[in-house]
Amino acid sequence: MVDGSPLRVLIVDDEPPARDRIRDLLSDCALKLPLEIAGEAATGREAIDLLPAAEPDVMLLDIRMPEMDGIELAQHLLKLDEPPAVIFTTAYDVYALKAFEVHAVDYLLKPIRLGRLFEALSRAREITPLRLDVLRALKPEPRSHLSVNERGRIHLIAVTEILYLKAELKYVTARTAQREFLLEESLTALEQEFLGRFVRVHRNCLVARSAIRGFERATGVDGEGQWMVVLDGLQERLAVSRRQQQIVRELGKSPR
Amino acid sequence: MRSINQNANASVLPNFRNLGILLRILVIVNGMCLSAALLETSAPLALLERFIDLSTMMQPTLLASLLVLAAINDWLHRLAYWPAIATVVALELTIVTAIYFLGQNMFGDSGPVARYWVFTLLITGVLIGYFDLRGRALSPALTEARLQALQARIRPHFLFNSINAVLSLIRKSPERAEHALEDMADLFRVLMADNRELTPITREIGLCRQYLALEQLRLGDRLRVEWDTAGLPADALIPPLVLQPLLENAVYHGIEPSSAPGVIALRISHDRDRVYIVLRNPYRPDGERHAGNRMALANIRERLALHFDVEASLKADITADSYEVRIVIPYLKGSA
Repeated sequence: MVDGSPLRVLIVDDEPPARDRIRDLLSDCALKLPLEIAGEAATGREAIDLLPAAEPDVMLLDIRMPEMDGIELAQHLLKLDEPPAVIFTTAYDVYALKAFEVHAVDYLLKPIRLGRLFEALSRAREITPLRLDVLRALKPEPRSHLSVNERGRIHLIAVTEILYLKAELKYVTARTAQREFLLEESLTALEQEFLGRFVRVHRNCLVARSAIRGFERATGVDGEGQWMVVLDGLQERLAVSRRQQQIVRELGKSPR
Repeated sequence: MRSINQNANASVLPNFRNLGILLRILVIVNGMCLSAALLETSAPLALLERFIDLSTMMQPTLLASLLVLAAINDWLHRLAYWPAIATVVALELTIVTAIYFLGQNMFGDSGPVARYWVFTLLITGVLIGYFDLRGRALSPALTEARLQALQARIRPHFLFNSINAVLSLIRKSPERAEHALEDMADLFRVLMADNRELTPITREIGLCRQYLALEQLRLGDRLRVEWDTAGLPADALIPPLVLQPLLENAVYHGIEPSSAPGVIALRISHDRDRVYIVLRNPYRPDGERHAGNRMALANIRERLALHFDVEASLKADITADSYEVRIVIPYLKGSA
């Protein structure tokens, strides 16, 4: 963003009247502050999809939204090389507001006052970028999506669509029925975050419980028998390590 | 007065036509019989025998008393407290004496009648004391305080989002903004009113429609409501703010967490002496914290208990993809 060029603002809120209201206020602000409405999104996913075209300098994010809330969306935005400034908007959220004060995170209370919005936008270019650890602390619940930056674009991966997560060298591979994504996260942290959704079948592999169709015996590399996981929607088999063999009994499914 | 069961003076006779009161009397008297039996023996079989012995003497007296008390309930309540108590005591002594002499042939020798008088006085005294204490615990001041504390509170979240929605309308469609503000005024008038008295069910439904109109402003197509009020008892009275908070819950937990449209289904029906309310909304197992929901349900459940004791019930069921609340309350007819 270049100083002097109009500030590009992206509005993210699931309620149409709330977006209308912000648009009205932004056009009032535009009389005194050069700005442009870069776009409007009703969900986190829509917002992410709009990013390349909208190229916003500032995003006004509603906190409580269906599917993906504003705080999680802000986490995914950090995957960008130059994340936009984020100003949260909320009608009422006692806990988040306390935390925002503590960490000097910018927010506006709905109904938003013109003066406050103007002030926040005037300072937008100097807003200190959000920190991932602060955002994680604000919302410790498991994320609904994981995200990766591919050639400057953010891709979202719905956690429910992930069949398995596998650690390989520096990266973790997330496999969905369609394709693979390389994540820069640790397998242990992912296991902790999504406790219950995934089961560890191997030192380097977590499989979604819901994706396990069954188990079958195969001959391992050392020539000895070994259990393999049969997945729903994928031909690939995943090895169960000897240390994790009890899960074959626990999940107790035989291949159909 | 049809608001709270026990809410006149601190010392007031219980309503002998209330199922909860009758159940309490039955349980307490039989409990005392059991304790009397326990004093004599603790061997299970002997205990059972002794208890049955005592009960056979007790039950006819007890049932006759309950019948008579229920029959003269209205008349008793017109008396002052102490004359009414004297009447009840005299009545009990008469009944026990009558049954003693009538039943002499049946029960064989059962000791001097004075023994039964003492026992009757004791039980009657305990019951009167118990209901007096209970009456005080539910006395107007306390009940009012409890009810006020319990009064369904609207979520601040809803208040501020609605104001925000109305603000967004002012420039574009001032008329819709006017309507919305009128709905809000009505809603808050009821929320801030003294809500101890029962209200016509039609009024509560009107309030619900105003509330839903406000939510519709914000949520648009995402919020769909299916009313089934074919069996609605138009003259029924219900405690105020029983339905509206349930709808608010349904919107907060069932509609808001999804960007796809969801349906809230509300069915109200009745038979001769009960009103049935069933409310169903979509449910997401991986949804949000549900503490707020449980609190609202506990709140409504307690208010139903204060109004109707055990004659009303509230049940919540979670199925695979829906959440259902069922309420049964006695069908009280208003002058509507």
